[in-house]
Amino acid sequence: MLKVNKRAELPKDREAIIRVGAILCSIVCAGIVLAVMGFNPIQVFREIILGAFGTQMRIQQTVVKAIPLVVTSLGILVAFKMKFWNIGGEGQIMMGAFGAALVALNLPSTLPMPVMLLCMAIVAIVFGGIWAFIPAYFKAKFNTNETIFTLMMNYIAIKWVTYLQFGPWKDPASQGFPRIATFSDNAVMPKLFGIHIGWIIALALVAIIYVFINHTKKGYEITVVGESLETARYAGMNINSIIITAMLISGGLCGLTGMIQASAIEKTLTANISNNYGFTAIITTWLSRLSAPIILVVCIVFAGLLQGGAYLQIAMQVPASVADMIQGIILFFVLGSEFFLQYKVSFAKSEKTTIKEVA
Amino acid sequence: MMVSFLIAAVGAAMPLLYATMGELITEKAGNLNLGVEGMMLMGAVMGFSVGLHTGNPYLALLASLIAGAIGAAIYAVLTVSLMSNQVVTGLTLTIFGTGFSSFVGEGFMGTAAPAGIKALSTKIAIPGLYQIPVLGPILFHQDILVYTGYIMVIIVAIYLNKTKMGLNLRAVGENAAAADASGINVSFYKYAHIIVGGAMCGLGGAYMSLVTVPVWQANVVAGRGWIAVALVIFASWKPWKALVGAFVFGGLNILGLRLQSMGIHISQYLVDMLPYAATILIVIISTRKNRKEDMNPADLGVSYFREER
Repeated sequence: MLKVNKRAELPKDREAIIRVGAILCSIVCAGIVLAVMGFNPIQVFREIILGAFGTQMRIQQTVVKAIPLVVTSLGILVAFKMKFWNIGGEGQIMMGAFGAALVALNLPSTLPMPVMLLCMAIVAIVFGGIWAFIPAYFKAKFNTNETIFTLMMNYIAIKWVTYLQFGPWKDPASQGFPRIATFSDNAVMPKLFGIHIGWIIALALVAIIYVFINHTKKGYEITVVGESLETARYAGMNINSIIITAMLISGGLCGLTGMIQASAIEKTLTANISNNYGFTAIITTWLSRLSAPIILVVCIVFAGLLQGGAYLQIAMQVPASVADMIQGIILFFVLGSEFFLQYKVSFAKSEKTTIKEVA
Repeated sequence: MMVSFLIAAVGAAMPLLYATMGELITEKAGNLNLGVEGMMLMGAVMGFSVGLHTGNPYLALLASLIAGAIGAAIYAVLTVSLMSNQVVTGLTLTIFGTGFSSFVGEGFMGTAAPAGIKALSTKIAIPGLYQIPVLGPILFHQDILVYTGYIMVIIVAIYLNKTKMGLNLRAVGENAAAADASGINVSFYKYAHIIVGGAMCGLGGAYMSLVTVPVWQANVVAGRGWIAVALVIFASWKPWKALVGAFVFGGLNILGLRLQSMGIHISQYLVDMLPYAATILIVIISTRKNRKEDMNPADLGVSYFREER
């Protein structure tokens, strides 16, 4: 008979063994799947790593892919700290990108670049924030289920941008091709060390969010609301205002991701600008156990997998989707391993002895 | 014109109906599985693959059921036995399923399903019922999977409301600890319903790849899994409402194109927002009214650990 108990606390070395063990198991499992499908797993893994970190240019590409993940994950982190399940990152990114495009396409192209970019960022943060504020308001006011609400908001935002792209915002100069006009040069983020300056924003935000959550009053209040509503109420905190503030920050950061992607990557607004970052960020945030510095590490690994997968297609003619599959397998194992971090499984001696003791 | 639109709407509703019913019984067991899109894609690609290689429509459907069930089984092991976070695990299943379907389907991209599979699309008129004015031709001159869909709704409705097992299932979803105390095997109920629910999602995916457009294309499910998640809430966890909801959402899915062919220019993309907006409205209204019977199962999304009750 298996017996499961909650662990008191796990020594650091045991925790490391379990985590590394889970990743090793997942790689073996992914390897078996690849072998069954007729690929040499060792070669596939080698090419993924080479593709992600093999040359300076590939490292730059990996970083470019990590930037939106980091910024979005930080946004998700603020919501999750409060146990507000914001799975609306996709929509908040979309609305942020929409806000940025609204500015970029309407302000004069003669505006100095810093002014233009700042305006875009502010409007993007506000738009992303509003998109998160709506479910937060209903949560605070009527206690509606935020998981479902934020999920639905994603699709409204995506359809809205798709509508703009295929309808009123379609660029007449694109000869019938459904795309929105390209931003003028002053609305495109400049590069530093070969990578657009989003990486500086991302790094700065990691530090800011870390300090915010761990060393400020507001951050502390968010954590308390997440851990126990009763405690927060007893301490006299204004819970509704905390929920709404936290969600404005959460949605605002996701909105900023939208602006970064629209400005630096697409140089316009497109309907696939959110590119599942809102969902992937939920996973990266969760795996980082809600810690801003660890988010940085997890996101770079994830970006490496994405970039490596894209390279795989060129190098081995293996479809890039194999990276998604491997990603999924690794995640399954890591998620499963969390159980062994929190619970201890042992063989109970025998059912009978327990009964005797009770008697 | 109207009738032909409604006939098409019933077809468009079917993938939604199967996936919605699958997610409905999963949620009744207290598990929110956001992997519907992934399981539908797994079902779609395995159904198509087996159909392509054997030419047998029934083996194809069986394969899609198994594929959906396997996806759900992974989710069940993680969330029920290993108590992992349901939202994160479900999203992971969607990532995995999407990757799996693109990967497996790479080899037959753009290939049409063989002639044998066409049997699934053949419209059959039900004698008697077909004679009903207006409704008859719309509801009872359809392909075989539409009829099994109707039967499924009836069975699930009876199962949930009139059988002991259905009652036990609802107890598990509402209050797992109380269900456990009354002698119900909580883990068994969760596993069984998550897996059967996944199989139904897989079948919904196969309807897309074998009947709706019987040519393999990447990401054939195109977000319908998420509409199904919305529909469960829209239907306030009731099979009959899910059937009506599937017709409505299925109709909305094809409404924009129809309107355009009639010269009314409303963008399909704006019409596409309606299901989601309607779902949000329903969530708000049912929460405000605080009507217990329209709300989600109380233990939805919560892992059950016996020693913590």
